[in-house]
Parts: sequence; structure tokens; C-alpha cells
Amino acid sequence: MTLYAVQKFLYELNRSEAAQHAFTSDPDAALADFDLTQEELTALTDPDIGLLFHLGVNGQILMHFAAFHQIEWQDYLQRMRDGIAKHGPVRQGVYAMTTSAEERVAPVHEPITAPDEPSTPGAP
Amino acid sequence: MPLVYAGVCSHAPGITGRSDQAEPEVRDAFYDAFDAMRADVEASQPDAIVVIAAEHFANFFMNNMPSFAIGMSDHYDGPIEDPGWLGIDKQRVPGNAELSLRFISEVMKGSDVSYAEEWKFDHGIMVPLHFLTPRYDTPVIPVNINCQGPPLTPIERAWNFGESIRAAADALPERIALVGTGGISHWPATPDSGKINTEWDRDFLDRWARNDRDALLDYDDLGVYAEAGQGGFEIRTFLAVSAAAQGATGTIHFYEPIPIFAVGCTIASYAI
Repeated sequence: MTLYAVQKFLYELNRSEAAQHAFTSDPDAALADFDLTQEELTALTDPDIGLLFHLGVNGQILMHFAAFHQIEWQDYLQRMRDGIAKHGPVRQGVYAMTTSAEERVAPVHEPITAPDEPSTPGAP
Repeated sequence: MPLVYAGVCSHAPGITGRSDQAEPEVRDAFYDAFDAMRADVEASQPDAIVVIAAEHFANFFMNNMPSFAIGMSDHYDGPIEDPGWLGIDKQRVPGNAELSLRFISEVMKGSDVSYAEEWKFDHGIMVPLHFLTPRYDTPVIPVNINCQGPPLTPIERAWNFGESIRAAADALPERIALVGTGGISHWPATPDSGKINTEWDRDFLDRWARNDRDALLDYDDLGVYAEAGQGGFEIRTFLAVSAAAQGATGTIHFYEPIPIFAVGCTIASYAI
């Protein structure tokens, strides 16, 4: 059981720009000090968001990793759904999936304004 | 002097990061409520804002997880997340290490806490500050309750911690504003993101507004997990503010589910 090591690696990556640069430039070297299975190494380097979710990586840790990879929100949600469909339910932890594979619980609002009209920024 | 402000707000990253995907009318009403909360905080003229958050592995991991932690630095950097994804640029947020030391010393009289001279902010603190101190010109004292890595902080201890925070704020000469931030029912960072149990939320907020200690402590994690998701564990931050404002009743200034923000968006405060 090396889920702890997967999460430890991601935790350190998520909070450190230096670790992110190191991982980007030489992923194998960045991962060398972590006791990981081949499945986990592949999931981290691909990156395979669905497999990482299935393995039980804490969702907050995984969400930040997906953001680091510039994975768009709806794509990120779909990758987790695909991971469950392919690999089965989350193996451990409290971040599970309770809805059906077809269910969309966070629909995107379809803009009613012209597409070239800038949206209201969410800031004072 | 006595605590000058006690309120709570949501902190979900979609609030800033996915602004353009929300239904504009409800989104703007929520932002207006955040603006009103900022006005209330500013009117309380705080020397520092204590933010009780439920962080998401920006600082604490399962190798050394504190039930309670308080920051003790002259500045804090954040967000750790990609700024484009969160919609908030990297900032250096002012703190006050000397005030933190005195505050923590007082809190420790009633609760066992870890202190941290290093602390990076994630969306859990950056989203509230984006609205409440948009110029980042008020010192912040970050506080964390473990709502992420089981075993979690028992809710009765979170209540006691809120009492300790109130006693500490009252004991210091500075004007301290208290902001709790978390989600109520939600399933963030899962494929269920956007699922919200509004009935559960409204019942919780009713208990919160009445500041009914027994009703607020009448939750257990298994029940919360089933009804309100793993995100519901963050009610600990709301409970701590209730404990800090014991005797005061609250007002729910705003509550609306906004699925693309992945939470029932909430702004509320106590008349302390």
C-alpha cells in the first residue's frame, strides 16, 4: 500500500514551484525518492487523473494536480468519471463518487449575452 | 478588547475560478453579499482578521497533522494553486507575528494548538480574502481545523476551540475580526462536484443562526458524510465561530446553491 507515498509526492508538488519545475524537467528524478508501484508511477507521469482518483488520492490533492496540468474543469470531472468506469469504485478514502456515470451535477451556464461581451469579473 | 466581528463565508475555488460559468444573476447577488460582508468587516475597524479555515493540504499532511494550527508570521504567500485556474494572482498577504504570538499564547490556555511560522494560503483563505481585503492591507492570522485527514478534529473540540479563540481575542488590546470559512453540504473535488443538499444546509444554517449549541453539536461524521458529503466536514469552522459568538444570534445574509461553484454559497454573521 503506497497510496500514502503518491499523496505525499503530490502534496509536495502542489505547494512548491521548485518541485513543479523539477517534476516538469525530469519526472523520473523527481519521483525517484518515493516508494511507488509502476501503476502509480504511470498514473503520475501520464497524468492519469481517473486512475489516481480510483486509487484513492484525496480529491483536494488531485484537484490541485489537475489545475497544475491546466486540465479544464469539466474535463477534470469527466476524467474522474472515466476512471471509475474503467477501474471501479475508489479503493479507499472519503473522496468517492455517489452519482451515476451519466449524471451531470454541475452544468455550465449557457451565456445569455453575446459571446463577444466580456463577462463580469468576480472581484471588487 | 472584545471581538469586533464574527461571520462566515464560503471559499470554494470555483467562486473566483469559474465565475464565467455561473448563472449571472445569482452569481452577482452572491458577490454583492460578499461586498456587504467586506463593508461590515471594514466598519469593525479590525487590527487583524483571524480566518478559521479548513485547508486543503497546502501546509499540513498526514505525516504531522495538527487538529488545530495558527499562523505566526509577518507574511503569508498564496495561492498555491495555479493563478489562472483560481482566478487570483499570487500575493504576499500581511500577517503580524508578534500579535500572533500573543494571540496563540492566549488560545493555548484553553486549547492545544500547533503554531506555524510558515504557512502558504490555498483557495480556502485566498477566496475569502479576495473579497474581504481585496487590497491585502489588513494583517491576517490564519487558523486551521483539520477537516481533511481522518481522524478529524472532533466537533466538540472545534466548539471548545472557538471558545478559546473568543477568550484570546477579548484578552488582547487589538481589535480582532473573526471569519470562519468552509462549505456546508458539498462533494468537492469528486465527480459529484456540484451536488448540494439544500435542505440539509438550510437546517444547519437555522441551527447556526439560533446559535443553538446542542443542535450544532448534534452531528456525527458518518451522518454528515452520508447527507452532506466529505465537504460537510468543514462545518467545524462554522461551529468554531458560533462558539466564539456564544449568546449572539446570527443572520444568514445569503444562501443559494451554485452548482458550478460546487457549494451552497453562504454569507452570514453574528450580532456580537
